[in-house]
Amino acid sequence: MFVGSLAWEGVSGMGLRTFIEGWPVYRQLTGTDPLGRGAAAKSARSAGLTARTEAAESVARSVCPYCAVGCGQRVYVADGQVTQIEGDPDSPISRGRLCPKGAASKSLVTSPLRQTTVRYRRPYSTQWEDLDLDTALDMIADRMLAAREQTWEDADEQGRPLNRTLGFASLGGATLDNEENYLIKKLFTAMGALQIENQARI
Amino acid sequence: MAEAHPVGFQWVMEAKRRGAKVFHVDPRFTRTSAVADAYLPIRAGTDIALLGGVVRYILDNELDFREYVLAYTNAATIVSERFSDTEDGDGFFSGFDPETGTYVQDSWQYEGNEDSSGSGHTAKERDSASGLEHESHGARVDGDTPRDETLQHPRCVYQILKRHFSRYTPEMVERVCGIPQDKFLELAQAWTANSGRDRTGMLIYSVGWTQHSVGVQYIRTGAIIQLLLGNMGRPGGGVMALRGHASIQGSTDIPTLFNLLPGYLPMPHHADHPTFDEWVDSIRHPGQKGFWGNAESFAASLLKAYWGDAATPENDYCYGYLPRLTGDHGTYQQVLNMIDGKIKGYFLLGQNPAVGSAHGRAQRLGMANLDWLVVRDLFMIESATFWQNGPEVATGEIVPEECRTEVFFLPAASHVEKEGTFTQTQRLLQWREKAVEPPGDARSELWFFYHLGRRLREKLAASSLPRDRALLDLTWDYPTHGPREEPSAESVLREINGYDVTTGRPLSSFAEARADGSTAIGCWIYTGVYADGVNQAARRKSRHEQDWVAAEWGWAWPANRRILYNRASADPDGNPWSERKRYVWWDAEKAEWTGYDVPDFEKTKPPSYRPPAGASGPEGIAGDDPFVMQGDGKGWLYAPSGVLDGPLPTHYEPVESPVRNPLYRQQANPTRKSYAHPVNSVNPSPPEEHSQVFPYVFTVSRLTEHHTAGGMSRTVRPLAELQPEMFVEVSPELAAEAGLAHLGWAHLISGRAVIEAKVLVTDRLTPLRVDGRVIHQVWVPYHFGFEGLVTGDSANDLFGITLDPNVLIQESKIGTCDVRSGRRPTGKALLDLVADYQRRAGITPGGHAPAVTTDQDVEGRDGS
Repeated sequence: MFVGSLAWEGVSGMGLRTFIEGWPVYRQLTGTDPLGRGAAAKSARSAGLTARTEAAESVARSVCPYCAVGCGQRVYVADGQVTQIEGDPDSPISRGRLCPKGAASKSLVTSPLRQTTVRYRRPYSTQWEDLDLDTALDMIADRMLAAREQTWEDADEQGRPLNRTLGFASLGGATLDNEENYLIKKLFTAMGALQIENQARI
Repeated sequence: MAEAHPVGFQWVMEAKRRGAKVFHVDPRFTRTSAVADAYLPIRAGTDIALLGGVVRYILDNELDFREYVLAYTNAATIVSERFSDTEDGDGFFSGFDPETGTYVQDSWQYEGNEDSSGSGHTAKERDSASGLEHESHGARVDGDTPRDETLQHPRCVYQILKRHFSRYTPEMVERVCGIPQDKFLELAQAWTANSGRDRTGMLIYSVGWTQHSVGVQYIRTGAIIQLLLGNMGRPGGGVMALRGHASIQGSTDIPTLFNLLPGYLPMPHHADHPTFDEWVDSIRHPGQKGFWGNAESFAASLLKAYWGDAATPENDYCYGYLPRLTGDHGTYQQVLNMIDGKIKGYFLLGQNPAVGSAHGRAQRLGMANLDWLVVRDLFMIESATFWQNGPEVATGEIVPEECRTEVFFLPAASHVEKEGTFTQTQRLLQWREKAVEPPGDARSELWFFYHLGRRLREKLAASSLPRDRALLDLTWDYPTHGPREEPSAESVLREINGYDVTTGRPLSSFAEARADGSTAIGCWIYTGVYADGVNQAARRKSRHEQDWVAAEWGWAWPANRRILYNRASADPDGNPWSERKRYVWWDAEKAEWTGYDVPDFEKTKPPSYRPPAGASGPEGIAGDDPFVMQGDGKGWLYAPSGVLDGPLPTHYEPVESPVRNPLYRQQANPTRKSYAHPVNSVNPSPPEEHSQVFPYVFTVSRLTEHHTAGGMSRTVRPLAELQPEMFVEVSPELAAEAGLAHLGWAHLISGRAVIEAKVLVTDRLTPLRVDGRVIHQVWVPYHFGFEGLVTGDSANDLFGITLDPNVLIQESKIGTCDVRSGRRPTGKALLDLVADYQRRAGITPGGHAPAVTTDQDVEGRDGS
């Protein structure tokens, strides 16, 4: 099919040959792109563009965070920012493909809606407040120790050991890494906290 | 699969291009149905009847792969004469204890083992979800069991199976499932014709299968078919679970689950496991065959990884430090305890139960009754703002000024802002490199828990209380790097892999685990992932540079094995069943097992090996017993123990069903876990009265463009734009019956909640003719909530809480409801509407359906 339009702008000051070659139909008829869907359709502007993936300073090999297929991702980074996430063509699982969610991963990680600061809601309050991360960590540690203290069970009625607290609980998602789950279970178990659950139960 | 696991689905299409026949069974016509060879619409909750029909078809026509079945399964094993089947017990196996609603399993055992193996009461096992412990190994059974190789003995497993499924005829399948007989026969014929020596067939399910009160038995039925047809341990065969989230497999292997420790070691129970030896013996069952015989090494090595120098053989490796279970401490019990004021604090780590768990209102009321709540997430999710924006604020049930819960929201790092491994659905660990630093206060869970632990230990450093020793003696010294002191994920992975305590050398295989304190292993099934000090999960050899097994991409547990039990891909003599299906075989010249994959067998144990009398552990496994984790080395068609609701799957109706069970007077799973709590309820089902108050069946599933509770998709612009609104799919017939207009509004009412949705009238939903009447099913996505770029009512609010007895997973794929045209009421009028339905249905707070229904009449049942 013949498509495209003459690039009228910029004709003046341009040689006739350049002008004709700037005409997509000419390139379509004479070049390697008879259908006019590739090189023939390119304008000077599009020819001058480079892919974000080419401009990346580093590429991280990653894995899609959505479902459990485990599609390979390549995460392109420039200036400390994620500029593109693409399917990894080397992956024997996904062969470079991503679904709509995986393909939207860049929008996920760069979303302006992401919360990037600690927020705190006091008891009986109607609003959020800011809180320093270090302070938050300290307050949480104090509350865990207090809840543990108040609910600690040494032994059952027959004197058999219990070594536990049922004073607090946890429910984790399944985008936690194995290493993270390992530390969570290890720490909570050492505190005697039993009620540790995960999306895997749901 | 095309909807929820689209990229994985490319392999189904690849198989189809190569001649595979694809059958799709689903209550709703989806993109998968569109490209399948055949689509079978099914009444939700009746899969055991359908698959049981296939089992009967195989046995009746003797289409099982007899050589495989005889050699590799327990088909020939003879069962106790005390066993009686559901066919004789109107839906009950022998051993039911109505007081606890659980079974005593003695009579299910193999002959001669009634009192010696996996017998006894199972009430405690149900509360501790002990079915999950068997993910990596078989339940207890003694190895030396009587067999009848002719399969003629009336009490051999083969004959029991035949009798058990004898009434699952094509007619019965049609009557229960609403699947026409010719469609069913097409499936049964194709499945059997494409299995055997030269061909294999695969069963793929999504984990919605687990979200039923009989979820484990669904999967058991699939496994029985695949064993009968010789499809286990062979290429192109198997039962493939499509798990739903990036590392949900990892979250089970290295569990953050109340009843498990890493590698499926059970969390000790206060009554059953008072000492280290009793704990270990309950795992390895002394004298039993199979690899679980090495349990003491795995257990000691875990405790050594936790407590380092403090853990010695003399003090049982600090076994006394472990907390003890006394019963059900699962997530649903927790939420009810929160409502009752028994729990003070709650951590939510990338999880959004206000939308994602069953009975959303109970979840939110529970969170509103805490002292403190820590939410770690990327976005401000519903579980963080329930006190401010939740539906209960609109109805006046939660008043912010009266809600005492102190909420900490801590921003989390995304998957590109931290390094670590995910374990995907085929047990494959893949390491992710870190691309960028997390923004602002955002941190990884690794950072949060490492530094939280450091701080807790500092605060207790001067303590002399015995209870604090476990925390103070804990090995907690991971190297950190960078200005934010991020702990090294690789150093944690190295501990998970395990190491020689003296030299620090990473172990290569769990066979190196020792019970003398010389090895420390964080998760024994992952040993090898850091073999030779190399992060094997980070391997990325291109698929173009290796064969189709792709063994050098990532690392699969156990031992980088891609197909489990692959010894079964060879015949008893060790030769491939056929050239076409060659995978792992015995090389007689080199006297070792070899093949495309890592053999799932002792490398030099010949097919001819027979264990000496009385042998136990791995030594007890014969050279032609492929199922090496099982106590008898066999694939279990019949499970004498380990599955709490029966040695064989039986069709029970879902807990909420408009239909009386056509097969037995027992209506629903009698061993299901129910909670009689004022906030919880079950809509009435036959034989109870008033089931017609909720005349329709609803089921839920995913959209391609959204993910679980929406926290990672309703917050993302392109995805929110693609699926902007909560909707309900209804058939044209139901739309006419209920007066629903396409693109208009409808609301759905259950005994718990009312939700509204836009109406999509579509023939993707088919009214089914079931037991002489028409059953309408509606479908809703479960992704919506009240935060994010696009919002809508939450489908999970409709469900009550009833769990599978084996794994304590909720029935949240099916419920009953009413559907009405128009928008739902708001404020107090909404509560009044639900209360009105409860009154009409006879639902009383805290009441629940009777577990046993065999004293009730069955309408239209055969022979009654």
